[in-house]
Amino acid sequence: MNVTSPAIRVRGVEKSFQDLQVLRGVDLEVAPGSIFALLGSNGAGKTTMVRILSTLLKPDAGTAVVNGFDVTVAARDVRESISLTGQFAAVDEILSGRENLVLVARLRHLDDPGRIADDLLAQFSLTEAGSRRVSTYSGGMRRRLDIAMSLVGHPTVLFLDEPTTGLDPETRQEVWQVIQGLARQGTTVLLTTQYLEEAEQLADRIAILHQGRIIANGTLAELKALLPPATVEYVEKQPTLEEIFLALVGTHATTESGKDQS
Amino acid sequence: MSTHVYADTVALTGRSLRHISRSVDTIITTALTPIALLLLFVYVFGGAIEAGGESYVSYLLPGILLIAIASGIAYTAVRLFTDLQSGIFERFHSMPIARSSVLWAHVLTSLVANGITVVIIVGVGLLMGFRTSAGVGAWLGVAGILALFTLALTWLAVIAGLTAKSVDGAAGFSYPLIFLPFISSAFVPTETMPGPVRWFAENQPVTSIVDSIQHLFAGEPVGSDLWVALGWCVGILVVAYLAAMSAYRRRVG
Repeated sequence: MNVTSPAIRVRGVEKSFQDLQVLRGVDLEVAPGSIFALLGSNGAGKTTMVRILSTLLKPDAGTAVVNGFDVTVAARDVRESISLTGQFAAVDEILSGRENLVLVARLRHLDDPGRIADDLLAQFSLTEAGSRRVSTYSGGMRRRLDIAMSLVGHPTVLFLDEPTTGLDPETRQEVWQVIQGLARQGTTVLLTTQYLEEAEQLADRIAILHQGRIIANGTLAELKALLPPATVEYVEKQPTLEEIFLALVGTHATTESGKDQS
Repeated sequence: MSTHVYADTVALTGRSLRHISRSVDTIITTALTPIALLLLFVYVFGGAIEAGGESYVSYLLPGILLIAIASGIAYTAVRLFTDLQSGIFERFHSMPIARSSVLWAHVLTSLVANGITVVIIVGVGLLMGFRTSAGVGAWLGVAGILALFTLALTWLAVIAGLTAKSVDGAAGFSYPLIFLPFISSAFVPTETMPGPVRWFAENQPVTSIVDSIQHLFAGEPVGSDLWVALGWCVGILVVAYLAAMSAYRRRVG
C-alpha cells in the first residue's frame, strides 16, 4: 500500500432502507493519522456511513476502502484494521471492566491479554474500578472503558460514532484528549458528531453530511472561507455556560477526574 | 487468513458462563417449577394415577426433565436478545472473529446451564424415591438424548432471540414447548386418553423421548422408540439450526 494513499476512501456510496434513501452518493477521503469529523444533524446518515465503513452494513452502490481493503470484498481484512465505538457504550454490564478488556484482547488473538487490560485500565484511570462490574460504573467511566476496548490491539483506523453524546463537559474534554493523543500516535480517527464545537476543536478536516450527501468538506479555515469575509463587530464577551461550569467545578479534565465514583 | 473458531468460541462461551455464574438465580428458578410439578404430581395427584408397575416418581422424572429444559432454553433467547440490544454484538461483528462463534457460545452455555438444572432435579428425584437400574451405558444414553434435546430446543431459542421485537417475545416462545410434555406419555400413559388426543400424544416428539428415557432408566431394551426420539431431535436440530443461521445472516447483513 502506498504511504500517501488515504486511510479511508469512499466513492459514490448509496444506502436505502426500504423506501428511505439514507445515503445518496457519499464521497470522502481521510488521510492517514488525521482526525476527520463527519458533522450532521440527527438522521443525516452519519451512523449508516460508519456502519458501512465498519462492515456492519453493505452499501447498495459505490465503494468504500479502509486501510487499502474494500469493505465488501475484504471485510475480514477491514475488521483486522479497525475498531468501532458505537453510539451506545458496547460494554458487557455483567463483567468487570478488566474482564471486558481481556475478552476483547482474546478475541483479537493477542498475547498476554491480562497485561494489555491492566495497561489500558491505567491509561484510562480505571485501575481502581477495574475489578468492579461495569453495571456500577458512571456514564463517563463506561464511555472511557468503551473507548479503551476499541484501542486493544492498536487498530490503524478508529471509528467513533458520537463519542461524547450524553457526557458531561469534563468527561467530554477527557475523551477529546484521548482522541488527540491517538492521532498523534498515528491512528486515523473518523468521528461523527452533532456538536459543531467538537468538530472545530478536534478535526483536521470536517465534512458536513446533510440529507445523505456531503455538502461541504474541508479544513475549518476552508469552511469558514465559504462564508462572506468577517466584518468587525464589537460584542461584549460573555462566558459560555461551559466555561462557568468548568470554573466552578474547578477541574480541567485531568486524569484526576477519572477517579469519579458512581 | 486464519480463522479462530475454536479460540473465539471458548472466549465467548467463557463470557456467557460468567453471566450465568453471576446470576445463579436463573438456574435455580429454572429448576424450581419442574421440582414443584414433581412434588405436586407425586404427592398430590400421584395416588390417583395408574402409571403401571414402577413408582410414579420414576415414571414422571423423564418428563419433568424435558419441562425443565424447555423452560431453561428461554434464557438463551433472552441473553441473545439482550446482546443484540446492547450493542456488544456490533462490537463483536466489527472485530476479526469467527462470526458463528457468537451464536455457538450462547448454545454451549445453554448446554451447561441446562445440564446443571437436570442434575439438580435428578438429585431431588432421588430424594423422593426415584430409583434406577441403569448402568453406565444407559446413563450415558440418557445424557446423550437430553443433550441432543437441549441442543435442538436451544437452536429454536436462537431463532426467537434473533427475531423477537421485545424481551417478552424472546422469553414467551417457550411456553408452548413447556406445555408439550403434558399431552404426552410424561404424566399418564397415553392409553388413557381419548382418540384424537391420544393420536397427537403418541405422535409428537416428547412421547418417544420420554419413553426412551423411561426404558433406559428401567434398564429395559429401548427398541424403536429410541430411533424415533433421535429422529425427532436431529430433525428439529437441523431445521432450527438452518433457520437460525438464516435469521442471523439477515440480522447482521
